[in-house]
Amino acid sequence: MKLLNISSPHLTRPGNTGGVMQQVILAMIPGIAALTYYFGVGHLIQIALAITVALIAEAAVLYVRRKPIGFFLKDYSAVVTAILLALALPPLTPWWVTTVAVLFAIVVAKHLYGGLGQNPFNPAMIGFALVLISFPIPMTTSWTAPADLAASLSVGDALSMIFFGREQIDAFTMATPLDYYKHQVAVQTADEILLNPIFGPAESSHIALGWEWINLAFLAGGLYLLWRKIFTWHIPVSYLGALFVCAILFGWDADTAVPASLHLLAGATMLGAFFIATDPVTASTTPLGKLIYGAGIGIFIYVIRAWGSYPDAVAFAVLLMNFAAPFIDQYTQPRTYGHAKAKRGLASKD
Amino acid sequence: MSLMHTQIFDFKGGVHPAENKQQSTELPIACAPMPSKLVLPIAQHIGAPAEPTVTLGQQVLKGQVIAEAQGFVSANLHAPTSGTVSAIELRAIPHQSGMSDWCIEITPDGQDQWIEHAGIVDFLDVEPSVLLERIQQSGISGLGGAGFPSHVKLAADPAKIDTLIINAAECEPYITADDVLMRERAAEIIQGIEILLRIVNPKQCLIGIEDNKPEAIEALTKAIQVSRDDTHLIKLAVVPTKYPSGGEKQLINLLTGQEVPVGGIPADIGIVCQNVGTAYAIYHAVAKGEPLISRITTVTGAACAQPRNYEVLLGTPVSELLPLAGVDHNQMNRLIMGGPMMGFTLNNEEVPVVKTTNCLIAASRNELPDPAAEQACIRCGMCVEACPAQLLPQQLYWYAKSDNLEQLETHNLMDCIECGACAFVCPSNIPLVQYYRYGKGELNQARADKQKSDRAKERFEARLARQEREAAEKEAKRKARAEAAAKKQAEKKAAPATATGTSADAAQANAAQPDMALLQKKLDAAKLAIEKSKEKLAAAEAEGSDKVEAFKLAVEKSTQKMKDAAKAIAEAKKAAKAAPAANGASDKGDPNSPERLKNKLELAEARLKAAQDRLAEAEQQGSDKVDALKTAVEKQQERVSEAKAAYEQASSSASNSASTPASRVEPEPVSDLAAFEQKVLAAQTRVDKAQERLAMAQEQNLDTVAALQTGLEKQLAKLAEAKAALEQAQAGAQEVKS
Amino acid sequence: MTVVLIAIAALVGLSLIFGAVLGFAAIRFKVEGNPVIDQIDALLPQTQCGQCSYPGCRPYAEAIAEGEEKINKCPPGGEATIQAIADLLGVEPEPLDAEHGEEKASKMVAVIREDECIGCTKCIQACPVDAILGAAKQMHTVIADECTGCDLCLDPCPVDCIDMVPVATTLQTWHWDLPQNNPSIIATDRGQAA
Repeated sequence: MKLLNISSPHLTRPGNTGGVMQQVILAMIPGIAALTYYFGVGHLIQIALAITVALIAEAAVLYVRRKPIGFFLKDYSAVVTAILLALALPPLTPWWVTTVAVLFAIVVAKHLYGGLGQNPFNPAMIGFALVLISFPIPMTTSWTAPADLAASLSVGDALSMIFFGREQIDAFTMATPLDYYKHQVAVQTADEILLNPIFGPAESSHIALGWEWINLAFLAGGLYLLWRKIFTWHIPVSYLGALFVCAILFGWDADTAVPASLHLLAGATMLGAFFIATDPVTASTTPLGKLIYGAGIGIFIYVIRAWGSYPDAVAFAVLLMNFAAPFIDQYTQPRTYGHAKAKRGLASKD
Repeated sequence: MSLMHTQIFDFKGGVHPAENKQQSTELPIACAPMPSKLVLPIAQHIGAPAEPTVTLGQQVLKGQVIAEAQGFVSANLHAPTSGTVSAIELRAIPHQSGMSDWCIEITPDGQDQWIEHAGIVDFLDVEPSVLLERIQQSGISGLGGAGFPSHVKLAADPAKIDTLIINAAECEPYITADDVLMRERAAEIIQGIEILLRIVNPKQCLIGIEDNKPEAIEALTKAIQVSRDDTHLIKLAVVPTKYPSGGEKQLINLLTGQEVPVGGIPADIGIVCQNVGTAYAIYHAVAKGEPLISRITTVTGAACAQPRNYEVLLGTPVSELLPLAGVDHNQMNRLIMGGPMMGFTLNNEEVPVVKTTNCLIAASRNELPDPAAEQACIRCGMCVEACPAQLLPQQLYWYAKSDNLEQLETHNLMDCIECGACAFVCPSNIPLVQYYRYGKGELNQARADKQKSDRAKERFEARLARQEREAAEKEAKRKARAEAAAKKQAEKKAAPATATGTSADAAQANAAQPDMALLQKKLDAAKLAIEKSKEKLAAAEAEGSDKVEAFKLAVEKSTQKMKDAAKAIAEAKKAAKAAPAANGASDKGDPNSPERLKNKLELAEARLKAAQDRLAEAEQQGSDKVDALKTAVEKQQERVSEAKAAYEQASSSASNSASTPASRVEPEPVSDLAAFEQKVLAAQTRVDKAQERLAMAQEQNLDTVAALQTGLEKQLAKLAEAKAALEQAQAGAQEVKS
Repeated sequence: MTVVLIAIAALVGLSLIFGAVLGFAAIRFKVEGNPVIDQIDALLPQTQCGQCSYPGCRPYAEAIAEGEEKINKCPPGGEATIQAIADLLGVEPEPLDAEHGEEKASKMVAVIREDECIGCTKCIQACPVDAILGAAKQMHTVIADECTGCDLCLDPCPVDCIDMVPVATTLQTWHWDLPQNNPSIIATDRGQAA
């Protein structure tokens, strides 16, 4: 019998990249459930649509690139990208917008850069940013109202709205709390703004109806991944910390700016903190670098939310920091054992 | 006072692989039976390979030195049993590459007869240098895996050492050699440590041991309590089980919180680290006088019917060790020497157990499945968390893959200890360590290449400088010669009168053929003048300012020699008178040599006339010295060299014809033969090359074919000529000999 | 008028200051020689083989630095050297110019078949790094450690007794190669997909 001749180590921990991705998908389930509870089946339809398109696109590109298709489909990375994108999109986004976003994410943002592991930018966020810039109307008017505020959307209604048209759309959609607050704060006081039903019934302790639970669900999923050591604490902590500090510094007066509580628990904050910013391929990889990278995202989110024209900012903040990640890595090498101090920066030639 | 050292630090990174240690600890250590042969590689340690001191077929006794250490960082090698040296040759050695190295094979005679040896009984009272000497003689090198000669580590200045660390962590899965050794032979280990304490004289001694070895900890505790070391220097430091706590650098970090500086050794921070097995071997070497000839090796793995630890003679082939543990070859899919994290696979079971072989794992496919296909790196950073050297494995991976040596260096690849923790945790099944080994190899290669190219550059520049210098010297010589000749000419204005006078006398005395005698004399005089001017050059060069005296001497000498030459010519003439008659008789069969001689004489005459003219001219233009004399001297030189060549030709043709078997001609044919042979060889190569070129031209239908053909014909003719000449010369040489 | 004078004075003052700064910098940071030549020379393999048609590596480096020579004429350095010089000079790497020879797969070293050597010293004169030992009519031999594998000794040898052999891997120089187990190579399910 021919004996194997390979390099050590001979022991490896069981599991593979597909397993990591499966854990990520598993951890998103609470968030998806909360989203579906408050905003109807729209997201489930979007997820199904996005996964289908993503897998077809992935297979097609792999075929063109002459790579083993089954081997790469099994890493579930396309599925994760598709789900993240679907979660970021409004629930009633027209099907063609979703398709364009997914195709762009998989074909351009991922495979044109060399496939999994080589893409400098988060594919889901690239796809999202593309459609956000290209099709602003459907992207801002397709959020359904929270379940408690409007007639619940049947599966058929949702399907017809996503795939065939938008006649009744106004009956179900509504601005998001972040967007609303931001625009009203110029003319109203905090108390007046909070009278709007999207912030929950008056006199209740809600921060933003539905959104708070969705964000907490994503937080729970994120904590699960942290416990499973899929990623480290650095990015989420510095991301949320920076966002919180910015919100306190600049938004301490709820009558003039969006309060910190709303920043943390509305919009895509938690989804971004645990599932988008932590995408390892495009994030910084050194411990210190991760802290800088996460903090950068948190600051950019606040800057764009507070002074930019887009209602939410996770996608742009993440993409901006993706740019910086390789640079950050170069300057944040840890101190290697036995070295007096860490080497920083590019290779010096002396 | 407690025996436990409680202040344990932590090192960053590390992993927790399944231990799989219990299988091989169920049974006590067994003594492996005497194998049919012992194969001992001469390089079982880090450093210079030992040099064999035995010869093929020599009888050796157990414990006899069979290979001697070369230099300080090297170790002796001893015969593990008595027997015959049956081979000293290249054999497969336990090395990842599967390559061969020099090995000494001993066929045991079954007597197992010891060489005379004695231990040091009161080893705690003798001088440390004596103990160190004994350890060095006993060929002890680190038994933990690296194989660094122990005496080198122990030779550190005791004043600078404050901690002795005994590495008993044995953090790799499967391996239990140190564990069972501590369980069964703790007392000897502690005595070995006492010897080490005597040598190193530290302030404290810590035995670092993982908490998964409670039996060993208990045995050591008992042994320490009964030991002679009543100052309680020795303390047990129980560390949490985490791979790679047994790495020297990691253990030092665990026990002292210090880090070995990059490029340094533990002694730089006052620490000496020795493996627990090494301490045991040191006890045996010092107290019993037994060199390192055996070790404890774990034989384990799922393909073993009964995993167990064996005391194995060094050199025992793996193929004879595996059956003892009942290894099923049908199940065995991977055979690892060392642990599963850092050990290497063997594909040849004939390799021997060496000083560093702590474990053999005969693994089945279920146990250690074939590596899964490598997936894309998603930079998940699990490797960063696992790396005990605080490197960035994922970055190193990218850089190694893309051969970016500069970045590999910047990211401290060389600090990687190849522990395998990164590859262990990698979800993408990337054989990271192999990438790093490749990268390290390339880096080392690049460094070596750089060194070599620097040296090549240096040598090239040195060569250029030398050539320049030589050219300059030549030029200087030429100038000096010209100047000397000029001065000589000026002085000669006076000298020639006497010289011609004497030569004229001589010519008158030799009435026959006065012209020729004169001419020859003058030729000789010119020759001598050249020689003199050379000497003068040398003198002038050497003494610079003292030219005048040197020149005077030279003139005197030259006149003297001219007189001598005149006499010689006269004698030669007498001989010449007789010679033509003899030649005429014997040389008729070979018209070659007389003709040549005639030609030569004619040539010489013409040349001599020319030389005379030149001399006269020079004399006339005495005031104009420099230029005229320069040319004159140069031309004279040419003439002389030509004349010399002509003489040589004449003598060689004379030897060819073998008509004058005079004693002084004898040595020449030999060199002539060689010269002819060379000519033939050269002609042959030229013919070969011409034929090649012709063939090529013909193939490609070039229009140079005709030209090449004539060229080839010419070459062939030359070859034939050369061959003929050679044959002639050979014949001549044979005749001369006979 | 005063405004103009002030302006002139200010400009003159500025020019003096900057002139002084530039002058100081020129002296303080003066670079001896042409560092680019040294840098290029450092990248060349120093075989001194002359395959680039220059008499040694440095003359070629000088020619490149002058901008009068292409960077793709060094067969011993091969693509790696071309790439390195291209990086250094910020120019496009070009494929190796086949006119000057081909890149060899492995490092070579010259070996003299010693029983055939006639001791002509021609190779000794040809060796650019003095790596051949011998004397007239004595057998010659190559100092393998110093040999750069430049081939220059092959042609002068009248009896063709010099071989170029690849440098052998020893236990000291052996190292792992890059893993070959790459999914892009093992297209396991390529058939199903097609």
